[in-house]
Amino acid sequence: MNITRSGGLVAIALVGALALASCAANEGGTGSDTPSDLSGTLAGAGASSQGSAQEAWVAAFQTANPGITVDYDPSGSGAGREAFIAGGVAFAGTDSALKPEEIDGGFAGCVPDTGYIQVPAYISPIAVIFNVDGVEELNLDAATIAGIFKGDITTWDDPKIAALNEGTTLPSASITAVHRSDDSGTTKNFADYLSKVAPEVWDAEPADPFPYASGEAAQGTSGVVDAVTNGVNTIGYADASKAGDLGVAEIKVGDEFVAYSAEGAAAVVAESPAGDTAGDTDLSITLDRTTTDPSHYPLVLVSYIVTCVEFEDAEAAPLVKSYISYITSEEGQAEAAASAGAAPLSPEVSAQVATVLDTIVTG
Amino acid sequence: MRMTTAAASPKATLRPADRIFSGSTLLAGSLILVALAAVAIFLVAQSVPALTADPYELKGSPDSFWAYVGPLAFGSLWAAFLALVMALPLSYGIALFISHYAPRRLAQSLGYVVDLLAAVPSVVFGLWGIKVLAPAVTPLYGWLVENAGWFPLFSPPVSGTGRTILTVAIVLAVMIIPIITAVSREVFLQTPRLHEEAALALGATRWEMIRMAVIPFGRPGMISAAMLGLGRALGETMVVAMVLSPSPKLITIVLTGSQNPSTIAGNIALNFPEAHGIDVNGLIATGLILFAITLVINSVARVVINRRAAFSGAD
Repeated sequence: MNITRSGGLVAIALVGALALASCAANEGGTGSDTPSDLSGTLAGAGASSQGSAQEAWVAAFQTANPGITVDYDPSGSGAGREAFIAGGVAFAGTDSALKPEEIDGGFAGCVPDTGYIQVPAYISPIAVIFNVDGVEELNLDAATIAGIFKGDITTWDDPKIAALNEGTTLPSASITAVHRSDDSGTTKNFADYLSKVAPEVWDAEPADPFPYASGEAAQGTSGVVDAVTNGVNTIGYADASKAGDLGVAEIKVGDEFVAYSAEGAAAVVAESPAGDTAGDTDLSITLDRTTTDPSHYPLVLVSYIVTCVEFEDAEAAPLVKSYISYITSEEGQAEAAASAGAAPLSPEVSAQVATVLDTIVTG
Repeated sequence: MRMTTAAASPKATLRPADRIFSGSTLLAGSLILVALAAVAIFLVAQSVPALTADPYELKGSPDSFWAYVGPLAFGSLWAAFLALVMALPLSYGIALFISHYAPRRLAQSLGYVVDLLAAVPSVVFGLWGIKVLAPAVTPLYGWLVENAGWFPLFSPPVSGTGRTILTVAIVLAVMIIPIITAVSREVFLQTPRLHEEAALALGATRWEMIRMAVIPFGRPGMISAAMLGLGRALGETMVVAMVLSPSPKLITIVLTGSQNPSTIAGNIALNFPEAHGIDVNGLIATGLILFAITLVINSVARVVINRRAAFSGAD
């Protein structure tokens, strides 16, 4: 009995190994006789905010170029930048632009003194979502949002909220503010907006973890959305595409209250001033959070792609160029909008990015 | 007894099958030790950088590593303790019902159902906790805080989403009931028939028979079962990460509030994906602490079991 049984196990293991091996063989086979003239493997790592967009991009790109395999490891912005600086990946996704000291240190994967490329690739508006009995619409300004999430404003009928919402009956219930329990670029951008517009209330440095010990925490965007949906008198922040049927607060920009929109998010990115490190191949921006133009929606997350101008590994260059060109193209941005709810780059920004990507040395 | 006599007999001839079999059991036995040692070495080696580094480099800039891991260790023990308090009476009750009260056919199917519960993946329990249990208990928590808010466990304010440490403990209790039930049921069934019949013959009711014959005999097994359950509750990751609303660096016994102590396993699950550099070592070091805690708890349990075994009336 025992012998036959273990024999069976061995057989199963063998069949499994053979099946896997044949899979691998198939993949190699299709790679060699592709219509595309490019082939190889491209590795990237970085921001998890880009994760679902990258999945969609990789799927679409690999379908169009069966010879190329793209791996994107959503290990976090910091880890992605570190991996790129050390030469471990050909490109990095990051929610915050490279720091000057990181640029000065040089990049192991690039030919020395040829510079680097940093372009925006992913824009996601952040929505302030709420679930309050009998309240359909809610107007908030940055100081009030900061007060709510910091724990200073604790009931929905607080005079500060009431003053912004004349004509709306707010319940006297206590507020449950839900933030992310995991580190997140969404939290960092949310905090950055609040600390720029309402620095007198939000006195913490913007960072990936939520800074205050107040309110509730939930895991991931879906966790926050779940908690807000299933809880009572709740408020939270999440990538706008995941807001679903929840109420979404309009935030005060200038003298008006503005709901999030892809156009508003793209507009603030297009019209924000260049960042501290910006240059010919660095399109980083300092988001204009304090904009007073009501066509802008300044509560937005921008994620960059960082790569080399001239690669030490010359074979990587055409792969990187074609992939990054695809994801920042109109087609790629539409793909990210459809599958990850991103706001597409405006045509002007897209054109600027294309110009920068042309500088990648592929010869 | 029979085993030792056979092994001591000088005439026993060892056939190849015997050699192979004893060799492979020896291999299996030593493999588990090797695996345990490998895990311990990995944990220690990876923890050293975090333990020796300046604590300000760790996440949240704590005063020391112990200030970082302390609240997490408390949260792990607190959640597991609460789960055990809820699960133990229920599990022993179910096990006794199956072994001594239920008609045979019902007992069998009930046993299957309980075992089936053990096969549910923890991520499913997590989803159940977040989608069903948390919204369902929110009104109850509100009532508790309103009417029993003077009691330290229920001090206000109440959580608006029900995702508290008590909810986590309830889910954990449901998860550990099958394992505790299965082990204690087996132990109760092993009670020597003679002990039971002797108790009944002396005029004991069924409850007295269980108290005098079944439970004393089964006590070491009951403790082992509880330890298995405790181990699972201490190490459970997915449910805590999904359901709990954690507030790191917090030590509190409030069961119904928005801010709850996080657990070691849950904290690793939440922070590992974005961690890099020394933070990874810091998280692994908290894992080492959890490893040490479970080791201590299991050793204590082992001592208790050994001491009790002598008085169990078995053999």
